[in-house]
Amino acid sequence: MTVLDRKLAPKFKQVSTIHFLQPKTQQLNNGIIVHSISGGSQNILKIDFIFKAGIWHQNNPLVAKATNSLLKEGTKNYSAHDIAEGIDQFGAYFQHEVDYDNATLTVYTLSKYLENVLVFVKEILLSPKFDKNEFNTYKENSLERFKINQEKVSFLARNEFMKQLFGYKNPYGKIAKVEDFKNLSLSKIKEFYHHFYDMSNCEIVASGNVTADTFTSLNNCFGSQKIKTDSIHIKTQSIAEKKHTKKIHIEKAGALQSAIRIGKLMPNKLHPDYFKLQILSTILGGYFGSRLMKNIREDKGYTYGVGCGLLSLKNAGYFFISTEVGADVTTKAIKEIYKEINILQTEEVSQEELDLVKNYLLGNLLKSCDGPFKMASLFENLHFYGLDYSFYNDYVKTIKNITPKELIDIANQYFKIDTLLEVVVGKTH
Amino acid sequence: MIAFEKFELENGLKVIVHKDETTPIVAFNLLYDVGARDENENQTGFAHLFEHLMFGGSINIPNFDEPLQKVGGDNNAFTSNDITNYYITIPKENLETAFWLDSDRMLSLAFTEKSLEVQRQVVIEEFKQNYLNQPYGDVWLLLRPLAYQKHPYKWATIGKEISHIENATMQDVKDFFYKHYLPNNAILVIAGNVDLTKIEELSKKWFEDIKPGNVPIRDLPKEPIQTEERRLKVERNVPSNAIYKAYKMCNRTHPDYFATDLLSDILSLGDSSRLYKSLIKEQKLFSDINAYVMGSSDEGLFVISGNLSDGVSFEDAEAAIINEIERIKASSLTEAELQKVKNKQESAREFSETSVLTKAMNLAFAELNGDANLINTEADKYNKVTVKDIERIANQILISTNCSTLIYAKI
Repeated sequence: MTVLDRKLAPKFKQVSTIHFLQPKTQQLNNGIIVHSISGGSQNILKIDFIFKAGIWHQNNPLVAKATNSLLKEGTKNYSAHDIAEGIDQFGAYFQHEVDYDNATLTVYTLSKYLENVLVFVKEILLSPKFDKNEFNTYKENSLERFKINQEKVSFLARNEFMKQLFGYKNPYGKIAKVEDFKNLSLSKIKEFYHHFYDMSNCEIVASGNVTADTFTSLNNCFGSQKIKTDSIHIKTQSIAEKKHTKKIHIEKAGALQSAIRIGKLMPNKLHPDYFKLQILSTILGGYFGSRLMKNIREDKGYTYGVGCGLLSLKNAGYFFISTEVGADVTTKAIKEIYKEINILQTEEVSQEELDLVKNYLLGNLLKSCDGPFKMASLFENLHFYGLDYSFYNDYVKTIKNITPKELIDIANQYFKIDTLLEVVVGKTH
Repeated sequence: MIAFEKFELENGLKVIVHKDETTPIVAFNLLYDVGARDENENQTGFAHLFEHLMFGGSINIPNFDEPLQKVGGDNNAFTSNDITNYYITIPKENLETAFWLDSDRMLSLAFTEKSLEVQRQVVIEEFKQNYLNQPYGDVWLLLRPLAYQKHPYKWATIGKEISHIENATMQDVKDFFYKHYLPNNAILVIAGNVDLTKIEELSKKWFEDIKPGNVPIRDLPKEPIQTEERRLKVERNVPSNAIYKAYKMCNRTHPDYFATDLLSDILSLGDSSRLYKSLIKEQKLFSDINAYVMGSSDEGLFVISGNLSDGVSFEDAEAAIINEIERIKASSLTEAELQKVKNKQESAREFSETSVLTKAMNLAFAELNGDANLINTEADKYNKVTVKDIERIANQILISTNCSTLIYAKI
């Protein structure tokens, strides 16, 4: 028997092909679009009803979220409790989510109960009541949660960062304040609902054990609903490319840690440099072995975690570094962050590190294709930008071919330190 | 139904294999039967600190993460009061890398001073981030020692106090490793599109030459039966008042566990649950309320916790919780209501089985609790729970002399 050489790594292969499960797209009788991604071995379904009704579309903070949350709090025919009881008795779950661009109502159900559950989904999407009493409860409880969040340095830093980045006049930067809860009115919510929750502004994504019956059930439920034929007015607003050299430091009494956010506006996924930026951002702080993690966590122990990311919005994009560090090492940590950004601009990434990041990213992409629900997210992440699957194939191509030279160019073009916004909440001196 | 095969290496390492042909990803889950409950009272937080050190390089491989990321893998770990669990997800072609890495750190660690110094700092920052610098972050640091007087569940996984982490020495670290990180104290689960024979071959190749040891016999101080109501009031700079009521309950392997779990679901799972409907929606006493069980290896806690609405007194809020508990005890539960929470269990189970990683972890926990096949028989155990069972459990455990109450008041 040969002796095992434990110092020698086993042979490995780079992920060569990734199979993307593409949806089948159909229309209900009235034209509502349904995308189906069928797969997996469980008899379960996840159905997303996605409306272009996210934060971008609101004029006042909180309205988009409140509208989405209140849908299930009572309808023309059912009380909030009837709906909760109706959904719970079939073991189904709702999830409502409002992001910067879209508002989604998701229902998770065993396939065998789809029809039973859709009865309630139809009610809440088409006939919500927006009851005064439910509204007040929602408002008070959300305010309580907001106040708790305001005690967290990470929450404060994130909000301040968005406000500084986009400006308070821009919907992405118009972050909520305590007063906004008092000013939130049912009439604004109803107005928002009537404007944005028409089924013509909705696309349905069904994933899991999707069959012909699933489509029939959806068609029976929503296919005869009258929908608006004229397109819904969606606001356009340009985002000013500001020069950020700003440093915003907010003291929070008694803070044991400071939350740091550093970043700037960046191209979103429609831009040809997006993939390169994504790869560069991964090298800097996008995985456990990233440079920021290695430096400020694994070498210096300043933090429990640090990361960075590139976020794509429909009308903008941004890059951010985020961490919470020991209050006494705040200044030192910030210095190390800039040092790492500077290295990206001055020293070429070694082939070894680049190969590692390439393989990591491909493995990660493979993981994000694991199962129909994840495939549905991948689809949603491109579809609402008007992109198709060539996007992911191009991403794979860029990962495989990118060179250290291209990365240093990208770093110099986009990551100039004097263009970065810096927000610190906690102990700031 | 989750099909699996099981075998044991000569050194006592248990290996479980679940085949799922639908995914290109393999989950590699290695559970060590050691948690915060196995710590010395003067050296708490050690199991968790140790988990961090497991990433600081092993005897033959200087860095754990890099070689894994290089083959497209990803990993993490967590420590609880009962176990320490390490997991990897990796493209199936490169599975052997996981065997290579995790067998080497079971063999021995690098034990560098640098790693100890840095991870000590990282854990201290974790302590601050999650327990001290968050509103309500210290709840479990207060509630555990109130509920447990003798049993090591009286301290949290992060540790009783920062000084225990600060004072850990390299010798302590080594002792802990050689005592607990043994093949015969671990369970390995592989889930994905894999062949049993291949896994047998890889397991033997990488793990079989690791020497077994004497797994310490667990002889933990037994928690005396609680006979009196316990209360603690603290004042903190938080936005709203909160209350936490922790009742002693059975352990995870006790036949009553399933009824106890469903009892907590009846109280607070979903918007139609009793506490949500009555205390948040109708009476508006709470802005948030939850009931949940700790499925721990030794006797656990059944917790009801909530944030009070503005202007509500602790007396009124607590009386309302107790009133709901009394209603359940006094036969108000219907078959339909019980069926509802059973259906929720069924659907939660189906959804959790879409991920190979979740399946791998669940198999490992079940094996730790006596038999991996428990994950397949649990559905039936939930289904067999009766209204009478739930009422009996409510009457047995949800009583004041079995409760520790933490009143968390805003300044």
